[in-house]
Amino acid sequence: MPDPRLELYIPEPRHRPGDRPSFEHLALPVAGETRRPDVLEEESAMRDMPFGLVRVLDEAGQAVGPWAPDIAPDLLREGLRAMLLTRLFDDRLFRAHRQGKTSFYMKSLGEEAIGAAQAMALSAGDMCFPTYRVLSWLMARRYPLIDLVNQIFSNEKDPLKGRQLPILYSARDYGFYSLSGNLGSRFGHAVGWAMASAYRNDDKIALAYIGEGSTAEGNFHEGLTFAGVYHAPCILCITNNQWAISSFSGIAGGNETTFAAKAIGHGLPGLRVDGNDFLAIWAATRWAAERARANRGATLIELFTYRAAGHSTSDDPTKYRPSDEAEAWPLGDPIDRLKQHLIAIGEWDEERHAALAEGLDNEVRAAVKEAEAVGTLGKSKPSVREMFEDVFETPDWRLIEQRRELGI
Amino acid sequence: MTVMNMIQALNSALDVMLERDPDTLIFGEDAGYFGGVFRVTDGLQKKHGLKRCFDTPIAEGGIIATAIGMGAYGLRPIAEIQFVDYILPAFDQLVSEAARLRYRSGGEFHAPITVRAPYGGGIFGGQTHSQSPEAIFAHVTGLKTVIPSNPHDAKGLLIASIEDNDPVIFLEPKRLYNGPFDGRHGEKLKTWAGDPLAEVPEGYYTVPLGKASVVREGADVTILAYGTMVHVARAGIEDSGIDAELIDLRSIVPLDIETITASVAKTGRCVIVHEASRFGGFGGELSALVQERCFWALKSPIERVAGWDTPYPHAFEWDYFPGPGRIAAALARVMEN
Repeated sequence: MPDPRLELYIPEPRHRPGDRPSFEHLALPVAGETRRPDVLEEESAMRDMPFGLVRVLDEAGQAVGPWAPDIAPDLLREGLRAMLLTRLFDDRLFRAHRQGKTSFYMKSLGEEAIGAAQAMALSAGDMCFPTYRVLSWLMARRYPLIDLVNQIFSNEKDPLKGRQLPILYSARDYGFYSLSGNLGSRFGHAVGWAMASAYRNDDKIALAYIGEGSTAEGNFHEGLTFAGVYHAPCILCITNNQWAISSFSGIAGGNETTFAAKAIGHGLPGLRVDGNDFLAIWAATRWAAERARANRGATLIELFTYRAAGHSTSDDPTKYRPSDEAEAWPLGDPIDRLKQHLIAIGEWDEERHAALAEGLDNEVRAAVKEAEAVGTLGKSKPSVREMFEDVFETPDWRLIEQRRELGI
Repeated sequence: MTVMNMIQALNSALDVMLERDPDTLIFGEDAGYFGGVFRVTDGLQKKHGLKRCFDTPIAEGGIIATAIGMGAYGLRPIAEIQFVDYILPAFDQLVSEAARLRYRSGGEFHAPITVRAPYGGGIFGGQTHSQSPEAIFAHVTGLKTVIPSNPHDAKGLLIASIEDNDPVIFLEPKRLYNGPFDGRHGEKLKTWAGDPLAEVPEGYYTVPLGKASVVREGADVTILAYGTMVHVARAGIEDSGIDAELIDLRSIVPLDIETITASVAKTGRCVIVHEASRFGGFGGELSALVQERCFWALKSPIERVAGWDTPYPHAFEWDYFPGPGRIAAALARVMEN
C-alpha cells in the first residue's frame, strides 16, 4: 500500500552555492533541429513548437537549418555593435554606481542579443514594451548615450526630469515604451496598443517583454487572453533568464512545462527560441511580425537565456546559485557567438573586433564624462518645479499651492 | 431638450462621442451587443459597429491594461467596469500605470482613458454591488474622480471626462439611474420625469470637471455632498427647516475648493455627507480642507454624516445608508453653536 499521507511539494533548483553546475538535464535540441512552420500555418498544427528550440548558430558558428535567415553582414555587424555597446555601457555604469555616482543599476549581461535582434527585426513605427534588461534595443536604435547617462544620474539634463529610478527609461521616438519597476504591468498595454493599431487599420505592431518570473502575474494571463480573443497584432516575449532575483524558474512553473507552452491554452502559436543566438531571435521575430501584419494575431515567444549577472546592484547571486553557473550555461555567450559567426563567414576578424570595442568604449567614456560635467546623482538635478509637472496635463490648485509652499 | 433618465443621458453622451470622435471606443463586460447590465451602452454597437462598442473577457485588470495601451497609441478608450466593486483587480493598472504614465515618462506617454462604473448603494445589492470607494481613487495622485448626481450633469461630465487627457474614474450612482432618490426608502419610486435636471440637450455639451454646483443657496450651514447624497441632503434640509446651502461637488478630483471655501466663509458651519464609510473617507479630506481654510469663520465643529465603518450590509441597508434623518440631526447639532 502506498503511504496515504499527502506531502507538500516545494520545487528546488538543481544546484546551490558550492555545487558543480550542470545543465545536461535540459536536453536542448541542436541548431537546425526545430522545424520552421509556414508563417500562415494554423495554430493547431504548431503545438509541437513550444517544446522545440529555434536555433540557427551551431557550435562552429555556422548558420544552419530552416530558420537561418537571409541577413546582410552589415546588419549583423550592426547587431554586434549594439550588443557590445550594451555590455561596455553596463560595465562602466555599474562601476559608476559602485563609485557613488548613482543609486541603482541593472545589467543585461548575457541577454544582449534579445533587444538588439528584435529592435532590428521590427520597423521604426513598432513599439516595444520593455523590461529593464533590454537596453540593447535602445543601443540598436541608436538612442543617444548621453541621454541614458543623464537619466541614470538624475541630473539637470535627465530626459525623464529626475522622476524615475535609474534605467527605467522611456523613449517613444525609439519605439521604447515607459518602463516601470512593477513587473509585468505593461504586458497588457502592448496588447491594447496593438489592438489600437488594428482598430485604425495601421500596420504597426507591438512587442511586449515579460520575465519568466513575472509570467505568474495575472497581467501575463490577461494579456494572453486579450491577445488571443482579439487577434491583437503583437509579439509577446518571455525572457526566460532562469532567475527571478533568487528564485529559479521552477518557482514560476518552469519545471512543469515550457513557458512557450503557455500559448497553447490561449490558441496562440508559441515558439521557444535560443535567446543567446542573434540570428535565431531575429528570424523568429521576423516570422511572428510577418504573421501579425498578416492579421493572424499574436505569437508568444520564449527567449531561452541566462542572467549572467546579479539581478541588480542590490543583489549578490553567489548567495543562492553556484558562482560558476554562468560558465556552464550550454547556449554560450551571445556576443561571442555572433562574433564567431561573422568570422566564420569571413565578414569579421579579431582586429576589427578589438577596434570596435575600443571605439565603443571611448563613446561610453565620453558620454559618462559629459554627463558627469552636468552632474552625478545629488550634484545636479532638474528644476524642482518638474516635481509638480506632468501629474496631470494641467496642474490643479493643490499642485500649484504646494509648489509655492516649497518656495518655487 | 429631451427628458432623459441618467441611463439615457449617459447613453446619449457615449453616442455623441462615438459620432464625433473616431478615436473613441467602448468596451466592457456585457457592454457590447447586450448593452450593459444597466443598459448604458444599449444600441451603441448596433448603431456604431462592432469595433466601436464590444464585449471583453471578465478580467478587469486586462480591461484597464488594454485601455491604457490604446490610450498610449492615441485612442480615447472608454472602459466599463460592471460594478465599481469589481474594479479592485484593476487597481494596480489604475494606480501604478494609468495615474503614473505621464509623470514617469516625462510626458512622452499618457492615458486619456475614462473608466465608467456603476457605484453606490440603495438597491439592496449587498456588499459587492453597493460600495462607494471614491476616497481610494481620490488619494491616488494622477487620477480624476467624477460623480454626477443628475442626468444633465451626467451627460456633460461624461463628455468632459472622455475629452480629458488624464485618466478619469467616472462613478455612476446606480440608485439615480432611473430616478432621483432622497433616502426616503419607504416612499413610491420617483422617475426623472418632471425634474428640471432631467432636461437634457440631445447634442454635444460639457459640464467642466472641477466645478461644483450650488444646488440650494442658504445662509446658516454648508452641506458638501455628491452623487445620491445630494438628493438625500436636500430632503434632510427640508426635514430640519434649517436654511442650509447645498453644494454638489460633481467631481472630487479636481475639487472646486473655491466654491467650498466661499460658502463656508459665508455660513460658518459645515456638514459633509457621503455614503462611503466614515473613517478615512473623502469627508476627512474635505473636513481638513475646510478647517485649514475657514477655521476663523467656523462657528461650530464640522460634522460628517457617512456610512458606518462596516462592510456594506444587505439586510441592514437602511440602517447603514445615511438618510435624511441623520442629516437633519447633524444640521440641528451644528446650529446649536
